[in-house]
This record gives sequence, C-alpha cells and structure tokens, in this order.
Amino acid sequence: MARINDVGGTVGFGAIDTTDDPEPFHADWEARVAGLLLALRAEGLFQLNEFRDAIESIPPARYLTTSYYERWFTAICSLLERKGVLAPGELDEREPGGRGETEAADA
Amino acid sequence: MSGDHSDAAIARRVRRLETLLEEKGVLTGARLDEIIDAFVTGATPANGARVVARAWTDPAYKARLLSDGTAAVRELGYMKGGYERLRVVENTENAHNVIVCTLCSCYPLFLLGPSPSWYKSEAYRSRVVRDPRAVLAEFGLHLPADTRITVWDSSAETRYMVLPRRPADTEGLSEEQLAALVTRNALIGTAAL
Repeated sequence: MARINDVGGTVGFGAIDTTDDPEPFHADWEARVAGLLLALRAEGLFQLNEFRDAIESIPPARYLTTSYYERWFTAICSLLERKGVLAPGELDEREPGGRGETEAADA
Repeated sequence: MSGDHSDAAIARRVRRLETLLEEKGVLTGARLDEIIDAFVTGATPANGARVVARAWTDPAYKARLLSDGTAAVRELGYMKGGYERLRVVENTENAHNVIVCTLCSCYPLFLLGPSPSWYKSEAYRSRVVRDPRAVLAEFGLHLPADTRITVWDSSAETRYMVLPRRPADTEGLSEEQLAALVTRNALIGTAAL
C-alpha cells in the first residue's frame, strides 16, 4: 500500500504557491537540522535511503501536519534511536521539567 | 503566536539533540557549524549555472554532461563527496523538461542550493506529474501545444537538473556572463530563459 508521502498524481492539495522564499531557511533551527543530516551522513551513521524511509514512516496524520524540516528532525531522531545512538525517549527526558531534568535536579 | 511557540519548542529540541550528540562524542558543535557554513555558502544555484554555461560554450563538455552528469559536474568540482547520481536533461526547441520529487524532495542540493518551498509542497509534487502544462503556466511558462514535456521524478539515488536552452543573441557573451543569465527555476524546468 502506498505511504502518505506518495502524492504523485493525487488531487486535492490545492493551488501551488509559486512565490520564492526570501531565505532558504525560515529559522535558524531549520539550517541546523539540514546541517545535522549532512553531518550524520558524512559520519556514516546512516544512508540517505534510510533517512528517506524514516521520513516516509512518519504516521500520516503527523506527516501532513508537520513542517518540512520538522519531518527531517523527526526522521533523524528515529534513525538515531534505531541505530542505538539515542536511547528511546532520551531526547524527551531532557525536556525542561521532564523526568531526566527532575531526577538530575533531585540528585 | 502558536506558530512562534512551536518554532521555539522545536528549536529547543534541536539544540538538545546537538548537546546529546556532542556529549556522546558523535558530533561536535564546531564540526556541525563548519558543515552548515560550507553548505550555506557553497551550495547555490550559481553552481548549476556554471555547469550550464560550460555546456553552452563547450560542445564536448555538453556531450559528457548529457551522457554522465555525475562525472561531468565532478570535473568542475561539484558532488565530489556525493553518493547520488546526476542526470542532466536537455531542453530543445520541441522538448521541455521539468523535475520533481513526488515522494519527498530529492533535489541536486549542491548544484542548486536548498530547494524552494513550492518544490517541497504536496501541491507541486502531486500536480506537476498529472498536468505539467497547466502547472508550468502557473509559473508563467506558457509552452506551445506541440512542445513535448517530460517530467523527471527524482529519487534518493538519482537527481536531475535541466539544461535550459541558450537564449538567443548571446554569442558574444563570456562563460561568466552566460552563467549570470541562468536562474534556479530554469534549472528545475519551471522557467525558460
């Protein structure tokens, strides 16, 4: 079955906004995410086809409601978990007020 | 406001990931900065434009570019560390080419720079393969009815770049002057020169 990203030929996505972006990245974090992809590939942590698969594995409802570089970030994090670089949930634990932060504060 | 809020939230998460990667010895912040700087300053449509100007002025180079795009752009110093193949498709009097990535946003980044938002939009990706003539018209490119349009769907392994037609009355121009005429959209195929 086709995944949600397989939009070629489908109808209903509306008109194309053909205006050009003033800057290639809308926020600094977007450039950081693009850099992370380039850097982690250069370090040999994953291949581009794995990255693409990770984007395409984002659940449809989330895929359609997240921005482009947010999808990249989600895919990078899930690949890093799959490769054992990040423990599952490790990034969330660093959220201010999250479990990890609280434990660290208590220690 | 909600957009600003979520932007700040994801920016924090990205910084947190950078910190974790540095702590784990996977990637230093300095190395990441270096890669981002090189990308932002080095990956621009001027690279693709230079390739096109060379092809317009050197028939032997053009032949190499069309038969093996990856090797030909490497001659000019591009895509040296790349893992992808490049295929260059030539516009002629009767044939026009346009590129897309229906599945995501594959694009010859190092020759064209970061892709424009519309290239990444579901609207462009879904429609340009179904009705390219109408989509090109929305970009202001009205092609004659007898011009054959070919849409090239990029993949993780193969990227495409359009070799636009050389504008008329440019015989006296230098390679640099010719390169300055080449626009990013012409390299994607949503514009002609």
